[in-house]
Amino acid sequence: MVVEKVREILEKTGRLSTPVADLQNDSDLYNAGLTSLATVGLMLALEDEFDIEIPDNLLGRKTFASIQSILDVVAQLKK
Amino acid sequence: MEQHNQAGISSAKFEELLASVHKIGEEVLRPNAKDVDEKARFPQEGMDAIKSLKLMGAYIPTELGGLGLNITQLARVCEALGQYCGSTAMIFAMHQIQVACAVNHGLSNEHFKNYLTKVASDSRLLASATTEMGIGGDLRQSICAVEQNGDSFTLTKNAPVISYGKQADDLFVTARRNSDSPANDQVHVVVSKEDYELEPSMAWDTMGFRGTCSEGFLVKSKGHMKQIIPAPFADILSQSMHPTSHILWGSLWLGIATDAVNMARAFVRDMMKKNPNAPQTAALRLAEVHSVLQLMRENVHGCAEHYQKLLSENNVEALDTFSFSIKINNLKISSSSLIIDIVSKSLLICGIAGYRNDTKYSLSRHLRDAYGASLMVNNDRIMNHNATLLHMHRGD
Repeated sequence: MVVEKVREILEKTGRLSTPVADLQNDSDLYNAGLTSLATVGLMLALEDEFDIEIPDNLLGRKTFASIQSILDVVAQLKK
Repeated sequence: MEQHNQAGISSAKFEELLASVHKIGEEVLRPNAKDVDEKARFPQEGMDAIKSLKLMGAYIPTELGGLGLNITQLARVCEALGQYCGSTAMIFAMHQIQVACAVNHGLSNEHFKNYLTKVASDSRLLASATTEMGIGGDLRQSICAVEQNGDSFTLTKNAPVISYGKQADDLFVTARRNSDSPANDQVHVVVSKEDYELEPSMAWDTMGFRGTCSEGFLVKSKGHMKQIIPAPFADILSQSMHPTSHILWGSLWLGIATDAVNMARAFVRDMMKKNPNAPQTAALRLAEVHSVLQLMRENVHGCAEHYQKLLSENNVEALDTFSFSIKINNLKISSSSLIIDIVSKSLLICGIAGYRNDTKYSLSRHLRDAYGASLMVNNDRIMNHNATLLHMHRGD
């Protein structure tokens, strides 16, 4: 399942102050402590895992705002 | 974000307005600039002259009684003002940044429509309280929170800097949404003079931009819940406050740099008149600094036009990308560095006449203002941001 993989990556790279298990798919990751530096690690891990390259027009705050928004972008790029 | 009409006013009308701006610049701002700087006092005469041209509502749509300028026209006004008094231009720019936040994110809201109408008709002066004691300059975090009680709220903020806080009519304050919110879940709240008290905490005695009177205050305010701008501050910052700040600041710095080069040019011409056979060293230096000024001007104008295009398309996706943030950060870094370079080169041209405080070629104020540009919102902080964001940038 993609969602489990995303959660696993987030746990490893997100450096969140809230455990990923406590987050809903639509919880705000910035409110959970995601910083821009941690976003770099998250992005690189996502690209590696799913063999995608997130284009500039999707590289913005909103893409990494929640587990759901990450899932949407991964799904869009895996097509 | 609201669709904002970026048509602006016709170029004929705008040129007429710009001529009036230059007129008050020559007649009011420039003659008072030295006194404003020496005494670190609020440039009342300059701001009154600006109000006489209805410029406080420059960026407010005409249907709400404003002048209806677009962002590039507004930037040109800042550039013109910067040629006469850096502090007055900075106050004007900071006011317009708040206006832009309310216009871009509040226009569909009845309360903010009425509010902006009042700003235009009464020429209200808007100030900003974003930074907070204990945070260290990060706009995206707040300690203070909106304390809601029914329809009303109270809000207390310890702000190390509120430019022209004493003279402002309204304050735009960032705060956590409520006392349970994390530090970065922020809202942007507008409170009016009648509803706040300011306890001074820190004076403003600086090298440059002395007339902005950017003292520190403990703000104790209250208001109605409808005074909260109906958008998350994160969006207001990335789509409006961040780009507008750096475009308008860059524009007024360009104005200061332009005036310095104009003085250098006048100096070289005077020298030629006095001694046509003198070596051409100063003229050569003028040629050099003039090319740097052009570089700065094209960069500032280009970024303003780019932002205007995205606004007119209501292209929120593009405004939210890291690549747009990087571009705007680059504008800040380069224009704040170039202003120092340009004023310093102009000083070399004017020589001791520029170094003195009592000649018409004195560049003391320009040079001191110039150094403020890279320190207010420190360039090192911005470069650190870009260092991170560039990992998430595919290239141009």
